Parts: sequence; structure tokens; C-alpha cells
Amino acid sequence: MTNVPADLKYAKSHEWVRVSGDTATVGITDHAQHELTDIVFVELPAAGRTVKAGEACAVVESVKTASDIYSPVGGEILEVNGALAGNPALVNKESYTGGWFYKVKLANPADVSALMNADTYKSQIGG
Amino acid sequence: MLKRTPLFEAHQRLGGKLIEFGGWEMPVQYTSISDEHHCVRKAAGVFDISHMGEVFVGGDGAEAFLNATLTNDVRKLAVGLGQYTLMCNEAGGVIDDLYVYHVAPGEYLLIINASRIDADWEWLQERHRAFAAAASVTMDQASDRFGAIAVQGPRVAEFIDKVLPGPSLAGTPATLVTDLAKNQVGDWMVDGKRVYVGRTGYTGEDGFEIVAPAETIGDVFDRVLAIGRDFGVRPSGLGARDTLRTEACFPLYGHELDEKRTPIEAGVGFFVSLGKGDFVGRSVLAGQKADGVAQRCVAFKMVGAAPPPRPGYAIFVGGESVGLVVSGTQSPTLACGIGMGYVPSGVAVPGTVVEIEIRGRRFPAEVVKKPLYKKA
Repeated sequence: MTNVPADLKYAKSHEWVRVSGDTATVGITDHAQHELTDIVFVELPAAGRTVKAGEACAVVESVKTASDIYSPVGGEILEVNGALAGNPALVNKESYTGGWFYKVKLANPADVSALMNADTYKSQIGG
Repeated sequence: MLKRTPLFEAHQRLGGKLIEFGGWEMPVQYTSISDEHHCVRKAAGVFDISHMGEVFVGGDGAEAFLNATLTNDVRKLAVGLGQYTLMCNEAGGVIDDLYVYHVAPGEYLLIINASRIDADWEWLQERHRAFAAAASVTMDQASDRFGAIAVQGPRVAEFIDKVLPGPSLAGTPATLVTDLAKNQVGDWMVDGKRVYVGRTGYTGEDGFEIVAPAETIGDVFDRVLAIGRDFGVRPSGLGARDTLRTEACFPLYGHELDEKRTPIEAGVGFFVSLGKGDFVGRSVLAGQKADGVAQRCVAFKMVGAAPPPRPGYAIFVGGESVGLVVSGTQSPTLACGIGMGYVPSGVAVPGTVVEIEIRGRRFPAEVVKKPLYKKA
């Protein structure tokens, strides 16, 4: 069964956000990693870059294809998950923990309230 | 409306993830491309290739007709043998690449690409009309009446004789399926129906391709899964089929081959027989064999950490864009990005370092000798 943790927020394009104060951690959902399968490369934004909500800012490569990842929230990239360079499969194995993508300093808290809660996301993915 | 193969329900039952391929609804994977890929390299996999087309060409004039239409020399095929060959236009461009099996005296079975069935059939009919002895050649486009599977991997020979027991009934005389040598073909019976079994494939592993009537192919597929289970066989999708053939550097129509590329440029000139007499495209291909070509299709692998190359990416040498990637993926076996692409002949030398442009950044890649993977 697809895992959709209750404490996270979700974008239609299958990213998750964990908010802690004014910092948001972003990754892709268990459903997304399952659909993408076999992630072999993750390209992350540079720390210090400012992204807008909805902006394509990372790329996930599976064996079959490259997929854009859209930032669910806007702000400055504070930190990226360096572990993904050597071990992109973390996104498949630990999509909500070790497979996180980047942390962003929230520019606009309203970005978060525009996202879905776990139940709404679950119904979107038919889970 | 996408076309479905006779195995469509089996794919659904097995949890296959279905995608569009060449107008067909086909499984890209059942579990994961990497898992299925490794399974074929280490044990066995079974692929639905029913989307591919079947054309029978027969009659007293069949050999001469095929030799005038295809690049390889069909006279080399004793009954029970198959060969890889190409069908070119007058300019030497590739209409399709295919397998020809000499299945019975004067009867040939052509296995053609799914995406090219209509183009091939139109071309074959046109050549047939232009052929002097047309009355001595019969052609039957039987694609809808037949299905096919490929059973591939190092352990296939351990169980295929249980799937299709007994001796061959036509083609190569064989007491068992595993008596067939590479490129040999024979007939076996399943449910009272004749099926063709060739020791051929598209993965770089040992294996067999089985062509059976549409109503029979499901039984053959189910028997392979049931009997092969103890040997690790798994249903495998088009995703793994593509990564396997890319590692083995087999061309795929629409990627390495198209109507603007010749077999010489594509690196399959070995299957162009200039000594057999005239055939469509011969003068252009003879000129290219003698004088060389401007561009060649090479294999390459990425050097160091890089995203996987993909079709359409530009290839750079010395800061200049000189060619395009036509196939590219992450190689599950080699654990690096691999691909094939067209580059100027001067660069088409193993050891040459080129760059692949990926999303605006260039990453080094090394031209390597084909194939990228060869079974031990």
C-alpha cells in the first residue's frame, strides 16, 4: 500500500513538504517513487538559489526517463541532500526520510496552506 | 484505439504497467526495469513480442525476390536457418531491420518491427509488383494471426525442452529445442498447432523466440512461466527489453535506424551482401562501403557521475555540436550511463572522449567498441 504520512503536506505533482518553523523540507512521495521506479540519478538545485512555488527545480532520472520535480513552496534553498548523489535509490527506499531532496526557507507561508493534506492527496492517487 | 496483443489479459493479471509503444498497449514493466533486466542477465525472462509483425513469403521465386529486396544473402539460409537482414529504399535508407527464417523449402518467415508493419507491407507489395517473376512469389501478411514471445537468459536452456517437448517437426532436425544452434529454427506442436522456435533474441543472452498462432501463444507463455518458475523466469517488459538491447548494442528502428540512415552508417554493414547480385539500395551501399561515410553510429559510456544520456541529446567534440544521441539509458549491468549516437567518422574511434549535453551542461563520455555488454 502507498504510504502517505498524515503529518505532511502534498502537491498535486507528487511532492511532499514537512514544515518546521519557517523551514520546509521537500521530497517526492512514495506513490511518485513507485511510479518512477528505479531512480538512478537526482539533480538538485544549488543551495542559495531562490525558487518559486511551482517552479521546476530538480530532475529525477529513472532507468526509463527523466522527470521534472516542481517546488511545492517558494524561498531560498538552504541545504540539499548530498547523500542522493552517491545513493539515488534512497528516494525509492526512504522517500519520506533519507530520500529528502532539499530544505527551503519559506518566503510565503501561504504556499503551504495551498497544499493538500494527507487525506486529500490519498484520494487524488486513488489510495 | 491502441492495439492489444493476445497476451493483454495475461499482462493485466501479472500486474504489468501498460504503456503505448508503436501503436500498441504493451507492458513496460511488471515489477521494475532493473529487476527484470538483472533477472534476464542472471536467470531468465519472458517477453511478449506479439506486436511484431509476421510476413510469409513463399514460392519458387521467393529466394530471388527476397535477395532483390533485402540486404543480406538469403541463399546462405538452408532450411531451418535464420538471419538478420535489412530492407532498404533506393537511397540505401533503412525501411526496416528484420529477421528472415527459412522455415520450409521455399517458404520464408519475416519478423518485422511493430511500428513498421504497414510501411513494410506497402513496400513489399510495391517491390513484388516490380519483380519480374512476381507470379512465382506468394506473400501473406499474417501479423494479426500470430503472436510471439522471447524467452531469454542463461537458464532458459535448462527448462525450454519441458515447455516444448520432443523433436522438431520441420526446419532444423532437432531431437530437442536445445539442440538448435544459434540462428536455427524448427517447428514444434502446442495444442495441435504448429509453432516456430528460433534460437535468437534481442538481449545479448542465450534464448529462444517462439512464434505461434494468436490463439496458442497464451498457452506457450503460461507454460514458460509455470515450468520456468523453478529456474527464476519472470515476465519482463519493454523497459528491460530496451536496456538489454542497448547494452548489447542492437539497433532499434526509429533510433539507430530510419529511412535517412543506411546500414553502413548504422554499423550493420556486415549484414549487407554486395556479392549476391543487385538489390534495392545496392549502389549507394557499395559506394559507402568503398568510400566510407560521413557519420557513424557509435556506442559510448558516460565517464564519472552523470545523468543518463537520452535520445535527442547533443554530442559535442571540441566545444562543437557534432551529433545526436539516438539511444540512451542507465545501464543496470554496468551501473553507468550508456548510449549510442551518430558522430563524424573521424570521431567514431573507441577511446575518443566526447561530451553529452544534458540540460545545458556537458558531461564526458567515452566512445567504446560495440557491444557495451557481451555475455561471458
